[in-house]
Amino acid sequence: MSCDFTRTVLHGYLDGELDAAGAAEFESHLESCRECTTALGAEESLRSSLQRSGLYENAPVALRKKIRAGLDAATASPAALRIPAWRWLAVAAAILLVGSISWFAWWRPARDSASTAPFTAAEIIDAHVRSLQPGHLTDVASTDNHTVKPWFDGKLAFVPPVKNFADEGFQLVGGRLDVLGGQNVAALVYSRRKHIINVFVLPTKEPDTPIHPPGLRQGYQWRHWRRQGMEYCAISDVSDSDLYELAQLLYQ
Amino acid sequence: MSGSDQGKGSDVLDAQDRARFEQLVLPHLDAAFNLARWLLKSRADCEDVAQEAMLRAYRFFRGFHGGDARAWLLQIVRNTCYTWLEKNRPVELMTEFDEELHPQPSTSPEALAIAGDNRERLSRALETLPPRFREVLVLRELEGCSYKEIAAITAIPIGTVMSALARARQRLQRALTHSSPQEASREL
Ligand SMILES: [Zn+2]
Repeated sequence: MSCDFTRTVLHGYLDGELDAAGAAEFESHLESCRECTTALGAEESLRSSLQRSGLYENAPVALRKKIRAGLDAATASPAALRIPAWRWLAVAAAILLVGSISWFAWWRPARDSASTAPFTAAEIIDAHVRSLQPGHLTDVASTDNHTVKPWFDGKLAFVPPVKNFADEGFQLVGGRLDVLGGQNVAALVYSRRKHIINVFVLPTKEPDTPIHPPGLRQGYQWRHWRRQGMEYCAISDVSDSDLYELAQLLYQ
Repeated sequence: MSGSDQGKGSDVLDAQDRARFEQLVLPHLDAAFNLARWLLKSRADCEDVAQEAMLRAYRFFRGFHGGDARAWLLQIVRNTCYTWLEKNRPVELMTEFDEELHPQPSTSPEALAIAGDNRERLSRALETLPPRFREVLVLRELEGCSYKEIAAITAIPIGTVMSALARARQRLQRALTHSSPQEASREL
């Protein structure tokens, strides 16, 4: 009843905030301290309840609209801003395209000469944002890869690999059909601490690549790679380290 | 909050600011809304406060010099919420944050799993916690913030984030397993 660690270090350990030495030290303490072992189990259970509970509340669409109107009102040079709020993303995408910043151009400096992806960053961001509109996220909603995978069968000319990584903190939410660069693609949807990650998958004849360095625009990050005849692009507003972790899991 | 982070709000913002704000800050509206919802415990009030905070963030936007836009925004949201609470529900802010943390028998993981399985019960338990406990839990468990981000948002020293979370988790466990909602609210 008196191990001080239950009120201190245990939480740093649970939250992944200890350095390697601190974590190793606590792990060896765990082997001999029943109190900490029990307390850690309780905290993990509480955490998973909180994260699975659906307690996270997203902003209502109406609020988003009101805020955009408020922002417009607080901005000078009205001519540029009389664009209806809902068109902003389209405008932003158009600006990116006009700048002719292609997927290829972005990756050029990153050493891989064969990394021409068949779609642009603007298209990826657009598809991701579109999926976040109410009712658009999944065509098949299931956390079971044995349900999601067969669903794609017959709807596409290929069957994407579908895996759940719930144990690693990436819960499969479902899948849907999407269109990228004029091609039909599979979109696998994962959630990470209530944030949505879209993984777009389509077949390719190009050779494998490593996971490319991250791209970042408009508050979204993405990672792209090719593996065993499939082209992958994962995009989300989670941190790049989270995204990279999922990319590595998928890459295996 | 240090005033310097938010800078002066008097500049006139132009289309370029508007586009940058759209790109950097607006994607975190859900985070802003969720934090306000849990701090104020009322959907109706939190819509107003989230909107106010967002427009305030916009006015202060020239004071944002890059870095963690989510933490920057949430800091403003939190301050707006506390200002609102001070005005409308001052009693809620009177709980001492540094109250003694009593050693108590650990709850068994099984008992917690059962209690935590009920969304309503979990939500009520979270709402019975004083705001300063509630916010660290919401930031850590729902929003996935690091200790560094939590320290920046809540203005508590980074060295005390861990113990703040320890206290908050203990309070939540207690609210979930040891007391009925009435008892928990009397405790406040
Ligand atoms: Zn111990």
